[in-house]
Amino acid sequence: MGRFAALLPELILSIGGTILMMVAAFTGRRGSAMVNWLAVLLLLGATAALIGAPSHAGPVFDGLVTEDLFASFGRALIYPASAVAIIAAHGWFERGTEHASEYAVLILFAAVGMGVMVSASSLVSLYVGLELQSLASYVLASYRRTDERSAEAGLKYFVLGALASGILLYGISLLYGFTGTMCFNGLAAAFGRGAASLGLLFGLVFVLAGLAFKASAVPFHMWTPDVYEGAPTPVTLFFGSAPKVAAVLLATRLCVEGLGPATDAWRQIVIFAALASVFLGAVAAYGQTNIKRLLAYSSINNVGFALIGLAAGGARGASSVLFYMAVYVVMTLGAFLCVLWMRDEEGRPVESIASLSGLAQTRPGFAAALAVFMFSLAGIPPLFGFWPKLVVFRAAIASGYVALAVAGILGTVIGAYYYLKIIKVMYMDEPAAPYRRVREPVQGLLILLAALFVSPLGYLLIGPLTTLTDGAAGSLF
Amino acid sequence: MTGLPLLSILIGIPLVAGVVCLFLNASGARWTALIATLLDFALSLYLWAQYNPDGPQWQFVEKAGPGGGVSWALGIDGIALLLIVLTAFLMPICIGASWRAIEKRVPEYMAYFLLMEALIMGSFAAQDLFLFYIFFEGGLIPMYFIIGIWGGAERIKASYKFFLYTLAGSVLMLIAMLYMAGTSGTTSIPALMAYDFPKSAQTFLFLAFLASFAVKLPMWPVHTWLPDAHVQAPTAGSVILAGVLLKLGGYGFIRFSLPMFPDGSAQFMPLIFVLSGIAVVYTSLVALVQRDMKKLVAYSSVAHMAFVTFGLFAMNRQGIEGAMLVMLGHGLVSGALFLCVGVVYDRLHTREIDRYGGLADNMPGYALLFMVFTMASVGLPGLSNFPGEFLASVGTYRASTWAAIVATTGIILGAAYMLWLYWRICFGTLRHADAAAMPDLNVREWWLLAPIALAVFWMGIYPESFMRPMRNDVGRLLVRMERVAPMGDSAPTPGKTAAHSDHGATH
Repeated sequence: MGRFAALLPELILSIGGTILMMVAAFTGRRGSAMVNWLAVLLLLGATAALIGAPSHAGPVFDGLVTEDLFASFGRALIYPASAVAIIAAHGWFERGTEHASEYAVLILFAAVGMGVMVSASSLVSLYVGLELQSLASYVLASYRRTDERSAEAGLKYFVLGALASGILLYGISLLYGFTGTMCFNGLAAAFGRGAASLGLLFGLVFVLAGLAFKASAVPFHMWTPDVYEGAPTPVTLFFGSAPKVAAVLLATRLCVEGLGPATDAWRQIVIFAALASVFLGAVAAYGQTNIKRLLAYSSINNVGFALIGLAAGGARGASSVLFYMAVYVVMTLGAFLCVLWMRDEEGRPVESIASLSGLAQTRPGFAAALAVFMFSLAGIPPLFGFWPKLVVFRAAIASGYVALAVAGILGTVIGAYYYLKIIKVMYMDEPAAPYRRVREPVQGLLILLAALFVSPLGYLLIGPLTTLTDGAAGSLF
Repeated sequence: MTGLPLLSILIGIPLVAGVVCLFLNASGARWTALIATLLDFALSLYLWAQYNPDGPQWQFVEKAGPGGGVSWALGIDGIALLLIVLTAFLMPICIGASWRAIEKRVPEYMAYFLLMEALIMGSFAAQDLFLFYIFFEGGLIPMYFIIGIWGGAERIKASYKFFLYTLAGSVLMLIAMLYMAGTSGTTSIPALMAYDFPKSAQTFLFLAFLASFAVKLPMWPVHTWLPDAHVQAPTAGSVILAGVLLKLGGYGFIRFSLPMFPDGSAQFMPLIFVLSGIAVVYTSLVALVQRDMKKLVAYSSVAHMAFVTFGLFAMNRQGIEGAMLVMLGHGLVSGALFLCVGVVYDRLHTREIDRYGGLADNMPGYALLFMVFTMASVGLPGLSNFPGEFLASVGTYRASTWAAIVATTGIILGAAYMLWLYWRICFGTLRHADAAAMPDLNVREWWLLAPIALAVFWMGIYPESFMRPMRNDVGRLLVRMERVAPMGDSAPTPGKTAAHSDHGATH
């Protein structure tokens, strides 16, 4: 039984999710509010279950998954972010003809998949977790099936995602064929036995390409803007937050634990992906007029910065990735919650940047919150979004990659322009038609909390957060 | 010395008041801002009174921290003290200058000004590398809003230019800071000021810091954001930009570049001198042909700042003390000149020099004060800029006679464009009816300009009050740079000391 105790969070979520699916099927739309809140409770319960010794049991089930601080840290980000995604959908789907309650159940299953992703220490569990999360995500993207854009987003996501999964599987098969093991430890041992063969290198490249797709790192980012734009906004909020954390953390664990001896081989790939993501994310966002598309490029840009930390390598680099993702999740959730509140007079969602015009005069609090998130995403001090960027650059410089840090930081300047553009529209342009007020006190509270977290008050958390990320990163080595 | 964390309070007062302002109406925000800035000014005067020039280098030291690589470490030496007093002195004047000129979104405006004051104070008081960077960079945000919301017709372009230019300069400095923290293992500025970086690294570190401070100061050729920002910013924004924000660049050279990378500084001294020389001559000539009053004063700022770099990189006592005095004097005078422009702009809503003329007839009070500030800017002995420019020139002469020749050209050209500006605005006949109908200074404007005029006289007549607090700190800086200071071509060379001994022998 001890092995199962280590999986308590996943057990809570999968059993609870199955029961809720039944409840959702039999109560229909009447029970959707109840299902939503129960799902939030389950996610919070699973987060609470992370505390305690069993969740740091080490490798369980013959090394299929490793329950360590790293996995716990990842899940402590993923579960609450998923809960926010459920809360964000409150009041969103009721008006349409869609079934509302399956949404929460799908998110629960995706959360289970992501939990497996961050704790996977074998290629099999890696793939299973990834696919569980992906399949739930495909459905979520096309959740508003009567809307053409949503259906298109789902289809596009599915086709491209299936291609990426194929590439990933091909890579896994190569790795397995040349090493005879699926375990990260076994892979590390095989790579450690002298120069890697061509087959191993091919496998490594294919696996990383598949993961880059999930993390939407350049050059596998093409789906991101379309899917972000087409998917319903609460789903976009979800895509931007938890799955990004899961994919980046999965890549980190695979690179460090499984491919550690082959660092020189993957580092150049990661460096390329990082810089390409930073620059493409910054440049391509210039002409965007849709805020969801713009935030999609922003997330590509941010994943690039996190990958700079990974490229730096070592415990310090891994710690900086964790730190970056922790702050990134909060900024993204906050920004998307604000986007969720952009409604026209009739309460229909609007997504054009031009509609934000003069928001500072019509809705000063709302504008201030969004401005805080934008400055923070741009990494301008004194907002807290500055510190994770500093942490990844510090890791890169400590490893001697000064040129990488310089290139990355010039990317922040290019990227700053489009964040400033949103602020300019809100603060310096003449007011447009005001938004309708959204009466969602819980969402309002979440926006406030996120804004306070990324405000200079966040600096008070540097100490504890650094201790946590150092501990979590340390468990990989 | 009291146990109160005075510097934190100095930063905290405007910060709290800024938040309070957001929840008040226009008049409440104005008064809150005025009271808060006056309180801060009083506190800065108290700091000045309590500061012991012969005491330890760092006084009013505080330290607390969240860990993880940054700490709330504050402390000031005489150099920082003087700049803090300058900031606190100009701030209430800025609030007063905006009293009537700003009518829309007043609470927000006051909040940004107060936030800016807090961030500037923080930059001068910070003793932690990253804390300094956070304050230094954070100052961009309120200024971006002030230019972008309350600026002139081209405000959006100017605000972007200001923000991105300065950001691009600063991020390289951040990389250098990360390298420094990694190499030396400390982020404490006092510790780093005594740390010797390898010579090869100093080259790159110096260039990275130069990129940031050269944009901020600004030096030729990265000064082009400044005229735009000044022209578009509201009057008070220009005052604070010219009066204080530019000084952050000079302060950065004194606090970081010179003591931390003495070898790098010595290596690049010729480059700095060449750039400063071009700046003095070129921007002065550009100022001569301006038709816009604000642009003229803006270009004159660039020329004056070149004196600062000349003085600093002369690396001798006269040069550095002169550079500091130029910064203080220019802070007062350029701020006052922008206010003078603002006074007539508020009445006629144009900055075209040609639209004015003969104002001495209908605005005698204005003409008098404008005259004082013009003369101070020109460097008339007895007014604030003279001691600084004189000392900086002496210092430059000791380092390089050729540089001194170029630098003093700037004084001549400065006299030309300033006196010509004054002549075109205040003398001659009242050609325009609307200009002739302008009333003289009102009580509020007297209250803004008269204190600056007093300070200008004080600095000109008794500069010792301003030199005393920084004397020991400049001494410490010189000790640090003794090894690399340039010999100069004006010092007697060893082989030619005979003239002196001959003189002695004839007696």
